[in-house]
Amino acid sequence: MTVAGGPVIPNFGKGSPCVTGNHAFCWGWVREHWGDTLQPRLVEHVELTLIAVGIGFAIAFALALLTHRVRRVEHLIGLGAALLYTIPSLAIFQILVPFFGLTTTTVEIPLVGYSLVILYPNIVAGLRAAPPDVLEAARAMGFRRRQVLARVELPLAVPAIIGGLRIAVVSTVSIATIAAFLGEKGLGYPILLALKEPTPFRTEIYSAGLLVVALALTCDAILVLLRRALVPWTRVGNT
Amino acid sequence: MICDAANAHTFVEALRFIGDHPGVLATKALEQLELSGAALGIALAVALPLGVALGHFHKGSGLAIGASIFGRALPSLVLIGVFLTVLGIGFVNNMLALAVLATGPVLTNAFDGVDGVDRDVVEAARGMGMARVQILRRVELPLATPLLFTGIRVAAVTVVATAPVAAIAGGGGLGDIIVNQASYRLEGVIGASLCVMALSAGVWLVLLGVQVAATPKPLRGARVMEIVEPRKEMA
Repeated sequence: MTVAGGPVIPNFGKGSPCVTGNHAFCWGWVREHWGDTLQPRLVEHVELTLIAVGIGFAIAFALALLTHRVRRVEHLIGLGAALLYTIPSLAIFQILVPFFGLTTTTVEIPLVGYSLVILYPNIVAGLRAAPPDVLEAARAMGFRRRQVLARVELPLAVPAIIGGLRIAVVSTVSIATIAAFLGEKGLGYPILLALKEPTPFRTEIYSAGLLVVALALTCDAILVLLRRALVPWTRVGNT
Repeated sequence: MICDAANAHTFVEALRFIGDHPGVLATKALEQLELSGAALGIALAVALPLGVALGHFHKGSGLAIGASIFGRALPSLVLIGVFLTVLGIGFVNNMLALAVLATGPVLTNAFDGVDGVDRDVVEAARGMGMARVQILRRVELPLATPLLFTGIRVAAVTVVATAPVAAIAGGGGLGDIIVNQASYRLEGVIGASLCVMALSAGVWLVLLGVQVAATPKPLRGARVMEIVEPRKEMA
């Protein structure tokens, strides 16, 4: 395991009695180190997540449109996707190191892969959500295939697509913590540093951990709101 | 930066590492399976009865959905870190942290599986004079098998794949090699990573086999292969 750059190690020697005594939670430490430890890592974490889900979504969407009408291919891709998802994040990060070094690329390739694997089946399921009689009606009204897709199937797929995005974003935020094993990347890094102290520094673990969970839940909430805005008719009886 | 360029040589070295140290790797892999098995066992003992019971009574869908969202939102590293600060370094903290990770998919899928059984079928069983326990054992559980096992499989793979992270908190296993590049060098790290990959893919395949075998014959086929993540959040 390698850590690049100069690690920011909490100094047990000085600081408040709370920090030196490693009490459960020291607000003072959080305030003092928000600017140099927590906030930059939070921004990195958001960046890692957005890039991964963005690229993953673009690829998954294109793949889903391509395979929308070919069920056999979809089964195969589904199986491959499930197998891909079994690849442990820590392992795949390390395996990519000889190729891309300790870079963001090394981190993003698996993250994109994981989100792709989650998004693809959900988008395909969404595109298939249109009831047959609705499709029939659209065709009877003179819609062409492309129009059916754009004006009937895609709008009806929005809830499933956003459902997939919720899982993908929350999972990516969570998996991105493992990127810290490759160096200063994301909110996992302060946690990893704190864990390597002879006595793990609790405030750092708790504060960074809370930030990760809060980030995931915030993203989830934003997507729920987005769904309500885009498809108001699903509001009844759903979470 | 340690090495930037594409480096096939490192892979040859990594494979050589695997060939040279089969004993160490096997021991570490067994350690990892032990930790994973213990964690999965705890999760199953807690989440399976709970999910099945809630599904049977069609109550607590909020809990099931919450478990799936929170289970995903809690990063393994955070869980391991928090449990370490509470319980100290070693086997127990890692076992519990991994057990928490495994609880989400097991609970959600057990609930979805039993809750989703066609009400008419249950009604018919009741009409035939079946008691509650009989309905659960002979109707609901067999019909829920595909989803139920998918949950267990997802949980098992999550645990096996996450266990290397636990090495940072004294969890042992192949992660010991992965987080210790200073002793094992990059080829050792990559060799162990390849073994971890093989291990979790192996667990996935074995459990898929068990799932197919455990699924009542008429239910086999398309539904068994549905590997899509829980559908609950989609609707």
